[in-house]
Amino acid sequence: MSNEGVNTKRRRFLTLATGVVGAGGAAAAAVPFLASMAPSERAKALGAPVSVNVENLKPGQMLTTSWRGKPVWVVSRTPEMLDTLNKVSDELRDPKSEQPQQPAYAQNETRAIKPEKLVIIGVCTHLGCAPKYRPEKAPADLGSDWLGGFFCPCHGSKFDLAGRVYQGVPAPLNLPVPPHRYVSDNEILVGEDPKESA
Amino acid sequence: MAITPNPHNTTGFLGWIDDRFPLTKIWKDHVAEYYAPKNFNFWYYFGSLAMLVLVNQILTGIFLTMHYTPSAEDAFASVEYIMRDVPWGDTIRYLHSTGASAFFIVVYLHMFRALLYGSYRKPRELLWIFGCLIYLVLMAEAFAGYVLPWGQMSYWGAQVIISLFGAIPVIGPDLVIWIQGDYIPSDATLNRMFSLHVIALPFVLVGLVIAHLMALHEVGSNNPDGIEIKKNKDASGKPVDGIPFHPYYTVKDIMGATAFMIVFLGVAFFAPEGGGNFLEAPNFEPADPLQTPEHIVPVWYFGAFYAMLRAVPDKLGGVLVMGSAVAILFVLPWLDRSPVKSIRYKGIIVKTAVMIFAAVFLMLTYLGTKPASDIATLLARIGTIYYFAFFLLMPWYSKLDRTKPVPDRVTDH
Amino acid sequence: MMKKLILSLSVSFAAALAAPAASAAGGGAVMDFSADYSNTASMQRGARNFMNYCAACHGLKYLRYSSIEKHLEIPRELIESELMFGTDNFNGHIETAMPPESAEWFGQQPPDLSLTARSRGADWIYSFLNTFYVDPEATTGYNNLQLKGAAMPHVLAELQGIVVKSKDEEAGDGHGGGHGGNHGLKLVQDGALSPEEYEAFTADLTNFLAFAAEPGKADRIALGWNVMFYLFLLFGLTYLLKREFWRDVH
Repeated sequence: MSNEGVNTKRRRFLTLATGVVGAGGAAAAAVPFLASMAPSERAKALGAPVSVNVENLKPGQMLTTSWRGKPVWVVSRTPEMLDTLNKVSDELRDPKSEQPQQPAYAQNETRAIKPEKLVIIGVCTHLGCAPKYRPEKAPADLGSDWLGGFFCPCHGSKFDLAGRVYQGVPAPLNLPVPPHRYVSDNEILVGEDPKESA
Repeated sequence: MAITPNPHNTTGFLGWIDDRFPLTKIWKDHVAEYYAPKNFNFWYYFGSLAMLVLVNQILTGIFLTMHYTPSAEDAFASVEYIMRDVPWGDTIRYLHSTGASAFFIVVYLHMFRALLYGSYRKPRELLWIFGCLIYLVLMAEAFAGYVLPWGQMSYWGAQVIISLFGAIPVIGPDLVIWIQGDYIPSDATLNRMFSLHVIALPFVLVGLVIAHLMALHEVGSNNPDGIEIKKNKDASGKPVDGIPFHPYYTVKDIMGATAFMIVFLGVAFFAPEGGGNFLEAPNFEPADPLQTPEHIVPVWYFGAFYAMLRAVPDKLGGVLVMGSAVAILFVLPWLDRSPVKSIRYKGIIVKTAVMIFAAVFLMLTYLGTKPASDIATLLARIGTIYYFAFFLLMPWYSKLDRTKPVPDRVTDH
Repeated sequence: MMKKLILSLSVSFAAALAAPAASAAGGGAVMDFSADYSNTASMQRGARNFMNYCAACHGLKYLRYSSIEKHLEIPRELIESELMFGTDNFNGHIETAMPPESAEWFGQQPPDLSLTARSRGADWIYSFLNTFYVDPEATTGYNNLQLKGAAMPHVLAELQGIVVKSKDEEAGDGHGGGHGGNHGLKLVQDGALSPEEYEAFTADLTNFLAFAAEPGKADRIALGWNVMFYLFLLFGLTYLLKREFWRDVH
């Protein structure tokens, strides 16, 4: 064994080249393993868009459905309820819905495609509890200022009737609006964007 | 002898670690300054390849376990779920199923290498015994794993193999029920196979592999000449016929691993069924306790032992023969009385005996995977007798053999 | 040395692969057929044939309609209008409409065909579809060379025509027995399809069932070539690296 006449340059080059190509291969080999943990076709099938019929939803009422395992609320808002939205703006964190908590077509004053129908995911943006629908005005437990909205019993976060979060509560963001579109006047498909904006 | 912390006197961050943990010491003792004979030939790739396959099995196994459902009701469907719904699930499953067969191919070649070059002889008896234990645990691990897809071959394979314990006098029938946890192989059986396959046996396997490596590094590697390189050291105490494992054998083993992967991944991607040998066709039918497939044959790697089992026309006798065929491997170091280790310097008797042994083992493996017939049974009987004669007569014929003189230095590389 | 390594590895794997698969599949097929995974058009026609003629009784409970879209390049709209029954879910599996009581009608419940191409083989399916013949003693009026005493009626008889089996093995006309051999089967009354069209029809159906047994197969093989390309590149480098370092060893 001897180290005479070793071409150090060539040796370094080959070590580096093998190392780089080998590391590339190792990184590529990691892809299948990491990707296998993403939702499977079954999970995707279960998370497929859900159709909601709102024909029988009376003004002021809320119905709950489930999309991707999360509660999705549809609230039929009366004109009076819609009027409250302007009144509370000053007390909200993000009154203009600037945070990306809704698709572009719901980034408006009422956070909805049709103002009278609010479609929203009922998961508190604080730690994931399900807030309660509290449409009544000035109930005993929420104080005389309450104009209706959502209240999270876990940590006291408050949202208005467009799911916008109030200031001074733990939840940081507005309740998210899921992608949805109207198949007909009374049928909403939750989980799919409107055709023209897709 | 007291343990000296940081014997290599490293400094800085590494020194801080070495004062507390033998990092540099382990690296030098087992890699950078582990001297291996310089004349390893291609037979010496299979040890590191076995490690590579073990890593593949553990890694792919971890991810398969994330998606598999261990229940008689859902297991079969969950395998199809992995194959079709899980992203990359089919690739991971095929790597695991092909890996099982590759493991045995590599281990059989590794064991045959030991047989050729006398790597089980003093002072490597324990190294050999650890290896035999690894082989034994590997068979149990493979069997338990084969049950998990809960297809027809899984079910009936479990039925047949567990029934073997029924041959034990007096306690046999009760033992079978206890192993199954039911009166037939069932949900309880599947769940315990899952537990053994995923937790218990891999722990034992990895522990044995560590013991195997520790024993190897304690006594040093054998080589194709069967010469102890430690007997011939230079002034600095390094074996003159040895070279540091790193970088010489690391680069060589990396090259070998790449060549192996070409073949291994070639099978995994282009022919994962292995012509019906790696994934048997009837196993694509869900387990049905009321209908036995036409031919129940084990996976190829159990073929030789299954052929020996079938060769004996008696239940208990067959089981004893099969058990002895594995057990006899453990005493091999004490059966070989040849004055030389390597086949290179052995005489015509041993050379012939070893070559016929290899052929017989292949023949038995083949016969074990085929349906029984008169001629097959006859051949299996002849093969079984030869298998045992090869070991049991070794103390005599290995002594009678006319060996050649062994050189002082290794001959080539 | 290198050649020996590759050779020995290849030989050991090849030896394992070489053993015929037929015995593992539980008996050979009457006729030769190997599925063509690259023939998308054939598999598309097969999907249509399956839904029209087989799906009333047989399910493909592991195959999703959506994977037909993904792998066979059939647009979703076409699948929904042509292949699916009204109530089915596009992301769901191809379930059979056959209730469990059907076991009493046929003597057994029509089996799910998701994995038949893997458990019995594509050649078995093709042979089964091509070797029905009139047998007055059978309950259904038909018997089958591939599966003696088959419980399934010859659903495709109107397409194939009527085939009889002569005792004389050589008396067949080669049709109805297909190109795999002459088993004394003879077409005595034409069906809606010519013999060649019927063979093509069943070949499409078999290709589709082979697809259904492993939808990801074509992707796997395509990926395999990339992996091989990479490994040969890496092997070249590791070989040069090894040779460079081993210059030291004399």
